[in-house]
Parts: sequence; structure tokens; C-alpha cells
Amino acid sequence: MSAVSADSDAGGGAGAVVQYDMGVVRGFALSSLLWGLVGMLVGLLAALQLAWPELNWGPYLHFGRIRPVHTNAVIFGFTLGVVFAGSYYGIQRLCRVRMFSDTLSRINLWGWNAIIVAAAVSLLLGRTTSKEYAELEWPIDIAIAVVWVVYAVNVFGTLARRREKSMYAAIWFWVATVITIAMLHIVNSMALPVSWMKSYSAYAGVFDANIQWWYGHNAVGFLLTTPILGLMYYFLPKQAERPIFSHRLSILHFWSLIFIYIWAGPHHLIYSPLPDWAQTFGTAFSVALIFPSWGGMLNGLLTLRGAWHKVRTDPLLKMFALGLTFYGMSTFEGPMMALKTVNSLSHFTNWTIGHVHSGALGWVALTCFATLYYLIPRLWHTKLYSLALAEAHFWLATLGIVLYVTPMWISGVTQGLMWRAVNEDGSLTYTFIETVAAIRVYDMIRAAGGAVFVAGMLVMLWNVFMTIRQGTAAAPEPSPALTPAVAGGR
Amino acid sequence: MAYEWHRPLERKWLSFTLFTTLAVIVGGLVLLVPPFFLQGTIEPIDGVRPYSALEQEGRDIYVRESCYVCHSQQVRPFKSETDRYGPFSTAGESVYDRPFQFGSRRTGPDLARVGGKYPDSWHWLHFEDPRNIEPRSNMPGFAFLTTSDLDLSQTSRKLEVLRTLGAPYGDAEIANAREDAESQMQAVAESLRRDGIALTEQNARSEAIALIAYLQGLGRAIQREPMRSAGLAPSELR
Repeated sequence: MSAVSADSDAGGGAGAVVQYDMGVVRGFALSSLLWGLVGMLVGLLAALQLAWPELNWGPYLHFGRIRPVHTNAVIFGFTLGVVFAGSYYGIQRLCRVRMFSDTLSRINLWGWNAIIVAAAVSLLLGRTTSKEYAELEWPIDIAIAVVWVVYAVNVFGTLARRREKSMYAAIWFWVATVITIAMLHIVNSMALPVSWMKSYSAYAGVFDANIQWWYGHNAVGFLLTTPILGLMYYFLPKQAERPIFSHRLSILHFWSLIFIYIWAGPHHLIYSPLPDWAQTFGTAFSVALIFPSWGGMLNGLLTLRGAWHKVRTDPLLKMFALGLTFYGMSTFEGPMMALKTVNSLSHFTNWTIGHVHSGALGWVALTCFATLYYLIPRLWHTKLYSLALAEAHFWLATLGIVLYVTPMWISGVTQGLMWRAVNEDGSLTYTFIETVAAIRVYDMIRAAGGAVFVAGMLVMLWNVFMTIRQGTAAAPEPSPALTPAVAGGR
Repeated sequence: MAYEWHRPLERKWLSFTLFTTLAVIVGGLVLLVPPFFLQGTIEPIDGVRPYSALEQEGRDIYVRESCYVCHSQQVRPFKSETDRYGPFSTAGESVYDRPFQFGSRRTGPDLARVGGKYPDSWHWLHFEDPRNIEPRSNMPGFAFLTTSDLDLSQTSRKLEVLRTLGAPYGDAEIANAREDAESQMQAVAESLRRDGIALTEQNARSEAIALIAYLQGLGRAIQREPMRSAGLAPSELR
């Protein structure tokens, strides 16, 4: 009925027994929880600083330096940690072979976490390129490229040696992630070093902006969408014990999603000096993106057909279902914000931050939490310590998201309208500082929402700690287990 | 089965990967390559020049402190924006900006045309504590910039790297970068003292001086000459 059954680390079928490498999965599961806590706490501090500026301290802990630490920790430490854990777990089972190389897996695990440490330290020291979600300086960028190639070789090596004829949809989304992130990262990070931790972008002005938002938008697409869809495609059917609703829909929305996504970056530069034709591409493809996005949402939600009674009692399925709902919501909201008329109001306001968090907290974090709740008991060969605590986490997270996103919408629209308000004689109605003062109360509510979300995270950490304490990393005797995964079927 | 054609792809990881690569590369090629060939967006407009040595150092501090997370440098072509900030931004203005600083959120106001809007002394007091100037401001204080030594040991090298990337610095500008920066620092320090700011020697060679030089140059090519000194007492600036 839920994520509580113990599992063997062996699989293979057809007589052969394969011992899967679960060490790397355990490592990434734990590191993602650590970075999740750090990243969310730092995010909470940033939110509080906006409402109470006296909470900025000296050179190292003011909002400017804190905010990139928050985004890097939650995107690259937490989310990607769960993606690595989930993909290492899923790929081995879907291919019915151990990962291509244990050494590469270890380099991936330790290398990646060393990068996150270097990121946090260097950002607090002010070493930044100022490109959003690509702030890290060139030596760290090179390290990222190397570790990413290690992951790629490991994944493709495993696919090449797989003992399952067909690659299931979850793998497609992870493959798209591997390829696209490599491309985005390398092109956007091009820079000429001045010294050890200082460089200048290879691109200038509006080209730099164009390339950065091609990267930035697709980082959302290929770090916060495709790999999370991969998690959803593998773990949701497993947990619901239902095959994915439609293979055809998987094919249709996979190819259209990855093709269309890449074009939508310029919607971050509407009304900027970027050539108008490029902005128009951005808007048009953003609107088109609704269809493949909703294809994914529907394929997930319809997988729960006939299993909705389970959703009532299973916090994991609740997280998956609400995550998909938020995915559908934010992938509708995003295209609307890419319309020039709406963008002229929403751009530069809190609406954007609210939009990002409805996706990041609603879709990404909930799906990652559900994945971790599925993985942890299986990785330590035990049952989840408390389903009730997981249920409490679900409700805390939901309340936190609502408390976060709602004031951001309100303050975004409020400030956008105040910026453009004019008196009868055509003069501006409000000074800038009046628009800052008007949204302060919403910044406070938003920080409260963040605090509730962090409280949910703490409940999860306790639950995970107790689960691991009662379990063991050593696998029970392998049996010629039958793995044909529910997810691996048609 | 209508989707039988897809089956071979699901069974061949290399073909699948190649098709995936193809699918994600098209949009990037169309959007990223042509702008490089569009002359109108490449040529600097009249009056736009590379940053002076001190301005570039100030800009690097602006980047280091991630000012862009709260301040945009991109005025959009709406009356409400041009009334508030000045003429809207054009591509030719940012040709020497590495990296660009358009920003994505205006927690504070746009700075694309802040150059000359306030006297140097306003910025100094504002860095010390923004609530000196505006009690409702939620900007962090940057008092530490007013006492931290500005490092000019890399300045020549920085301009050289920027020249390699295309900024038209002359040999003399690169060789004398440090001296140029120091003399501009003195000018800023003098204007601060004229407005009654009691600068110590430490203050006069601080990073805040470079940041003020950078901010006072922003948008200048299109807008007014900068206001250097208000001729007002600090109390009158509030």
C-alpha cells in the first residue's frame, strides 16, 4: 500500500542475479537531504532579510551573496542530488544491470558534493559571474563539466550493457537531461580568466543576456523539469502499482517537450534590447509549451486512475499527485507570463519569484520528497519509520507553498500596478520606495510560508533519521528476484 | 500500433541519444547564432565607451556583491519607465558589459541611468546605511565597502583581458591603469569631501569609491552629465 516494504538490492530476472550498486544511491539520498536543509534555511534567511534589512550581516551574509547560495544549494545540491539518486536507482533496475562503473559512480558522488561545497564557499566570498544559476567561477565550471561527463559515461555505459530490450520512458528524460545540460553549461560558461577566481564572460551585453537566458530557462527545463519527469515516470507507477497511463502520450510529450523547450528562453528578455523576432519566438514557443507540459501532467495523473483510493491513505501518492498538479499550474502560468501584455506587468516583480516557487516547491520539491520517501526505506532495507509523519510533512509543505505563493502573486501584481500608475496629468503616482513599502507585509507572509515549508523538511529529516536507525545498509541475501518493474512494462 | 515506428528508437540507445541531441540543438542554433551577425546590435552607439579603469573595478564590485539580484539595468520602452528612469535601454549601450547586468527582479529601482542622478555624497551615505537616506528602504547596508581597501593589483590585467575580448583599450590605458584609477579615486574623494563627508585615508582608497565611480557613469552616454557635488550639507541630502 505504500513505501514501506523492504527490497532486495538484487535483480536481473531470466535466471541471472545482478547485484545493484545502491551505495551511490544512498550517498546522494543523504547529501540531497543535507543540501536541501541548508538551501531552504538560507532561502528563509533571504526572505527574512527582505522584510527586515537589519538581518543582513557584513560582507558575507547580505542578501546579494545569500541569494545565489540559496538557489545553488536547492537546485544543484538538493534537486540534482535526488535526480542522481533516483536515476542511479531507476536506471540499474530498468536496464537490469549494475551501473557501468562503480568508480565513476563514486567520482560522481564525491566530486559533485565537493563542487557544492566549493560553490557555497566561493559564493559567500563573492566569487560570482553574476549569471543566474550559473554563478560559479571558471575552475568550478570546469569541475562541473568533468563530473557531468563522468555521469554521462556511466549512464551511457550502462545503457549500452543493459539486459532489457527497451528503454522505458524515465530513461528518455534522464538522457535528455544529460545531453542538454552539458550543452547549456559549456556554452554559457565560456569566459576568459583574469585570475584564479575571476573571469570575464566571452559574450557581452545583449548577446550575453541572450545566451544566459537560453541557459537559464533551459536549466529550468532540463534540471527542474525533464529529470523530475524521469523520477515521476519511474517512481509514481511503482508506488501506485499501476503501469504508466499511456506509452503513446509519453512519446508524444517527450519529443515535443524537449524540442520546444529550447526556444522559449527569450521570454526572460521581453521588452529588452534583444531583437524583437527573438522575443516573439520566446513568447510563441512558451505558449506552445503548454501542450507537452500538460501531456506529462496528464500521463502522471491518469496513471492514478483506479488508484485514487490509495491517494487518500498514502502520503507519497499525495505528494506525486499534488506535485503534478503544481506542474500543470505553473506550466500554464509560465506561458501566460510570456505574453507581452502580461509580462509588461509581471516582469521584475515578485510574481516571477512566486511562479518559480510554485514550480520549485510545488512540483520539484514534492516529487523529490516522494522519491526520497520511496527510496530511503528500500535503501536501508526496512519500513518507513512513520507514515503519519510523512503525512504531516505533506500538509506542512502544502500549507507552506500556499502561504508562500499567494502573497507573491498579490505583491507582484500590486507593485507592477503601482509602478505604472499615473495621475490625471500623466505624472507617476508613486515613488519607487512607496512600492517597496506597500509589499513589505507580503514579504513577511512569504517568509512565514517558507518557515512552514522548512518545518516540513525538519519533520522529514527526523523520519529519515529514525528509518535509517532501524534499518541496515547491508542487503539481505540476494534471491533470483523478479524485477520486471511495473514501470518497466508497457 | 500507431507508435510502432518509435520502438526501434527505444531499443537503440545511441540513435535515441543522437535524435535527442538533434531535437535540443535546433532552437539554440536559431536563437543564438543570428544575433552575432546583426550589425545594429553590435555597434556601440555614439558616446558609449569602455569603462575607465576605476569604473571597471567598481563594476566588478557591483558584480561581486550581486547587486543585480535586486537592481535591474534595463529600462523598458514604456512611458511609466522612461518617466521614472530615463530613456529606454538599447543594445548598443551594453557592448562593453561583461557580464551583462540586466537583472530579473527590481527589489530596488533600475540603475541603468542612475549616473548623475545623485551626488557622490548621496551614494556614500547610502552605502553606509541606506536608511540614512530613506527609512523605508530594505537594502542591506554596505558600510564595509567604505573601509575595505580597493585592490588595484589586477587592474591592468583586467583591461588587457577585456581588450582581448574586444574592448578598444589603448596600450597606454592598459599600462597606466593603476595610475588612472588612483587619480580618478582622488577626484571622487575630493567631491565627497566638498560635500562635507569626513573621509579618512582608509575611506579615500576604499572599494566604495570605485563603486561610486561606476554608478556615476551608468547611462551617461545617453543622459545628462553626472552630478558630482551637490554643494549641500549631508543633512540636506536626506
